[in-house]
Amino acid sequence: MSAQTLGPWRAALIAVEHHWTWYRRNWRATVISNFLQPVLFLLAMGVGFGSQVRQGEATGGHPYLVFLAPALLVITAAQNAMFESTWAVFSSFKWQRTYLAVVSTPITPAQVLHGQLLWIALRLASGTAAFLGIAYALGAITSPSAVLAVPFATLAGMAFSAPVVAYAATREKPDSFNAIFRFLVMPMTLFTGGFFPLSQLPGWVHPLAWLTPVWHGIELARGATFGTLRLLPALGHVAYLSALVALGVALGRRYFRRRLAV
Amino acid sequence: MTDETSTDLSAPARPVARRTGAALLLRVVPPGLYAGRAHVLVERSYLVSTRGWMSVISGFFEPLFFLFSLGYGLGQLVTTVDGPGGPMPYAAFVAPALLAASAMNGAVFEATFNLFFKFKYAKTYDAVLATPLGPVDIALGEATWCLIRGGLYSAGFIAVMLGFGLIGSPWALLALPACLLVALAFAAVGMAAATFMRSWHDFDLVQLAVMPLFLFSTTFYPLSVYPGWLQTVVQWTPLYHAIELMRALTTGYVGWGALTHVAYFAVMVVVGVVVASRRLGKLLLT
Repeated sequence: MSAQTLGPWRAALIAVEHHWTWYRRNWRATVISNFLQPVLFLLAMGVGFGSQVRQGEATGGHPYLVFLAPALLVITAAQNAMFESTWAVFSSFKWQRTYLAVVSTPITPAQVLHGQLLWIALRLASGTAAFLGIAYALGAITSPSAVLAVPFATLAGMAFSAPVVAYAATREKPDSFNAIFRFLVMPMTLFTGGFFPLSQLPGWVHPLAWLTPVWHGIELARGATFGTLRLLPALGHVAYLSALVALGVALGRRYFRRRLAV
Repeated sequence: MTDETSTDLSAPARPVARRTGAALLLRVVPPGLYAGRAHVLVERSYLVSTRGWMSVISGFFEPLFFLFSLGYGLGQLVTTVDGPGGPMPYAAFVAPALLAASAMNGAVFEATFNLFFKFKYAKTYDAVLATPLGPVDIALGEATWCLIRGGLYSAGFIAVMLGFGLIGSPWALLALPACLLVALAFAAVGMAAATFMRSWHDFDLVQLAVMPLFLFSTTFYPLSVYPGWLQTVVQWTPLYHAIELMRALTTGYVGWGALTHVAYFAVMVVVGVVVASRRLGKLLLT
């Protein structure tokens, strides 16, 4: 293993460039799952199902479409983070072995991780920004402060992504990824206050929801969009999400080094 | 059937894909392509699944989560919706639709992703063809396994619906066979589609077909939400027929129209199986 000769930012940016080079040629393959899917979801649930919902206390006095849009932004970020953090990472270790090629250059295993996470963050930010634009065109966004939902959704997505990347780095087989999707991502999508207020669920579910990054993200995004966000709770949500990111990075650095250092 | 059929029957059984002018049946099942041992492939799938049982079991939970979330969460935002027999509780409205959608999703996933992986990467079928089995055994065996798995999921889901009192008629006994028919239709078409795929990127096209079907085929809200012309479009899509069929069976408002839905899926099965076996035979033997 060669000694580290690149600055941390330079190395991470080189890793990002690597992903960007691939993405520039293959972005079409990701348009449908990353972009079209949430828009279709917004149409079906927000407009179609929303037509059956009576505007009232449960939706904070907003039409259902407006109630749903900021939450869907966070859910989309978490779902995209899921795919970018499992199969893509696993493949770079095992199938395509790109990480192994990268660490034979002066880039260290930890820098590979940082580059990967930075790339995922950029993907989440651009994806949510595009979704916000479409939601605005559909009339689902009524306040300019909704722009804040993009960084909040990205943070929530990364709070999920970083620990999952660390986990993926420990896997020798991809078998458990489907289970993660079904037992973590699906419940996080459906039961954390996105489609209906958490208060409609039995009390024992609430603490479970509070553990999920998606719930914190939805609170932040909705609060920013509707202007109901208070400073202290907001700081609490951001702190919790940042702690999850930090935990994921710390674990990831360890596992990447263990797997890639020769 | 024409005269050409008889000449073909007397011809030696050659596994040749191109046989112009032969009868349809013989082109679908040329004698050399079927060894009558499809059950061996089912046994293989079963053995594989015992090692990855987690992914098999977990498939059951996805529609269940949706049912809880939609039925009991969203259901409180909406009191009643227009069902087949007038206004009905939202949970009872959405449950049969989720049953149909999960039959579709399971079948399409199994028939496209798994088939493509085994076909292109694991080279499972190349190994299978080194034995007396032929492409038709493969198509039948895989389809059967699809149905067994899909049938188990559907049966579990119907049991949950029964437990939550979401079934209002003895007609629901027919829901399981109906699910199998729907699954078979989607599996056949999915298998046919998988034989046209070149790489993983093409699976986005599968998503592009399945996702809108799931979201817009009156799964979550009644058809009356759409403007008139869009209603006609939706009424032509396959999942709409599956959902209508399930909703009719679980609520008990079954009319002769149900046969239209059954006919729709019968056509899908025939078209899918014909295209899939022909393509598989061609791709595997050349």
